[in-house]
Amino acid sequence: MTMAEPRPLTAGPAAPASDYAGRPVYEIARLSKTYARNRLTALTDVSLTLHKGEFVSVVGSSGCGKSTLLKIMSGLLPPTTGRVVLEGRPVTGPRDDIGMMFQQATLLPWKTTVENIILPIEIRQGRAAARAAVPRAMDLLKLVGLGDFGHVYPGELSGGMAQRASICRMLISNPAVLLLDEPFSALDELTRDFMNMELQRICAEQQSTAFLVTHSLAEAVILSDRILVMKPRPGRIVEEIVIDLPRPRTLDMINTPRFGEIVAHIRDLLGKEAFQ
Amino acid sequence: MTATPDPNADTVWVEHEALIDRIPRWVAMLVLAAIVIAIWDLATARTGWVSPIILPSPAETLADLIFVGHNLLTGGYMLDALWTTTRTVFWAFLIAIVIGFSLGVLVGETKFGERAVMPYLVAIDTMPKVAFAPLFIAWLGFDIASKVALAAFIATFPIVVSTAAGLYAASENERMLFKAMGASRMQTLLRLKLPTGLPHVFTGLKIASVGVMAGAITGEFLGGGQGFGALIRQSASTLDTPRVFALILYLSLLGLALFFAVAWLQKRLVFWNKADRPGGVG
Ligand SMILES: Nc1ncnc2c1ncn2[C@@H]1O[C@H](COP(=O)(O)OP(=O)(O)OP(=O)(O)O)[C@@H](O)[C@H]1O
Ligand SMILES: [Mg+2]
Repeated sequence: MTMAEPRPLTAGPAAPASDYAGRPVYEIARLSKTYARNRLTALTDVSLTLHKGEFVSVVGSSGCGKSTLLKIMSGLLPPTTGRVVLEGRPVTGPRDDIGMMFQQATLLPWKTTVENIILPIEIRQGRAAARAAVPRAMDLLKLVGLGDFGHVYPGELSGGMAQRASICRMLISNPAVLLLDEPFSALDELTRDFMNMELQRICAEQQSTAFLVTHSLAEAVILSDRILVMKPRPGRIVEEIVIDLPRPRTLDMINTPRFGEIVAHIRDLLGKEAFQ
Repeated sequence: MTATPDPNADTVWVEHEALIDRIPRWVAMLVLAAIVIAIWDLATARTGWVSPIILPSPAETLADLIFVGHNLLTGGYMLDALWTTTRTVFWAFLIAIVIGFSLGVLVGETKFGERAVMPYLVAIDTMPKVAFAPLFIAWLGFDIASKVALAAFIATFPIVVSTAAGLYAASENERMLFKAMGASRMQTLLRLKLPTGLPHVFTGLKIASVGVMAGAITGEFLGGGQGFGALIRQSASTLDTPRVFALILYLSLLGLALFFAVAWLQKRLVFWNKADRPGGVG
């Protein structure tokens, strides 16, 4: 089977992602959000389903509502209308089976790396439970290659190391899904590539379901099983693209014709909208 | 004709370190002190340009410093006065910290504090607070209490303002992180906002430590009593200028001790804030 074999790129927003055997984990239906403050409609009629172990990315121009969508999915922001259901239970507020990662690592400078990682446990279950979680935190640090940095303060970590530590903080409570809002956009390109491969490995190892917001088309394509393309005013999903590159993905794939084809297709979609 | 530089030779950059950068700080301070004292000596003892009533010579001042120092060390009446002032400053600072911090949390954490309380605090803060001294004396008498009240009154405001500002210092990302972890309002306050605001709080405490000294001495000037301020006033009224100088120098030791106690505590508690380290006068 050749990779360059022509295949339709677009599955259409309503089509089920039949390639994935995983059961549905996250179900979002007819979601809309209007900010009361400025009566701005940030999202209209967004529906999507994440399956177990799936990696889905969302791309779109700045201000099209990606962060809004992620905040609603994580329970940080209430939607105006629509349903958000995770593992059969509606999301009405922050939950410990949702792992969030932001653009900045946001480690507390007065806590050591490992204390930062057990912070979610400390907040939810108290100090005793947090102490009990230290060995697991150390294991997670080893998983991201920071085994020797558990007891240093974040001021001594580089940007990439801090971001890896924040991955550990997200993973410590064994979340069912990972919601990632441009987690590596503050890093330089080489570190970013490396972090993306780390993320892929961690997700495969933990069989995580992940939802990634990104501005980098290459990043979206190399990591995702599916990419959702959003358009602004009002924010909506206009297309779903199934990425059929084989797994595990490697950085070499960036140079394959199929990769270029997919990136060009998305760029074309986004570009058209930019001139409308 | 000048020789053209050889383009193949490596350029050698010589970095010149300025002379002042090579002198240790204490040497520079000593040199400045020596110069000032020399001019001072010249103007008073050597030439008599300045009358001893206005400015005593360095030797006279030193003699008085030794006299006052001796009195303090042997537990004389000056030690009692210093002890009175120290107690005033201690209680005033403690009261200012408790009230200032509580009001700061009220203003920084609650909408009610921000909307209703803060405007009044700002209004009072713009008044010259020393003008309240006669009121405190009328209410609390000529004893130590009126001085404590004035000093605490002056020192409270910087602590309120810096605490409130500190509570706003946590970034949007950090707040979001705590919200996503399901932290309660109390948890967010204790584990995020207060630690983040601690450097601000200490900045306010340093300003307050200076204000509390000024308040205590002003109170003693205006309200008499047994403190160091009263001693200074008495010496000044008999034109004993060398004594005034000596007393002020010893008093400044008390102020310095307080300031550095706060700075030391800050270094211990805000160990992660490297930006505050150099100089220690944040
Ligand atoms: N708290 C808010 N109140 C009012 N309007 C908001 C708020 N947050 C976001 N918006 C608006 O909603 C729209 C979508 O914002 P959002 O942050 O979701 O965009 P985004 O796709 O994440 O953009 P970017 O790629 O730049 O991060 C924007 O037009 C923004 O101005
Ligand atoms: Mg965003």
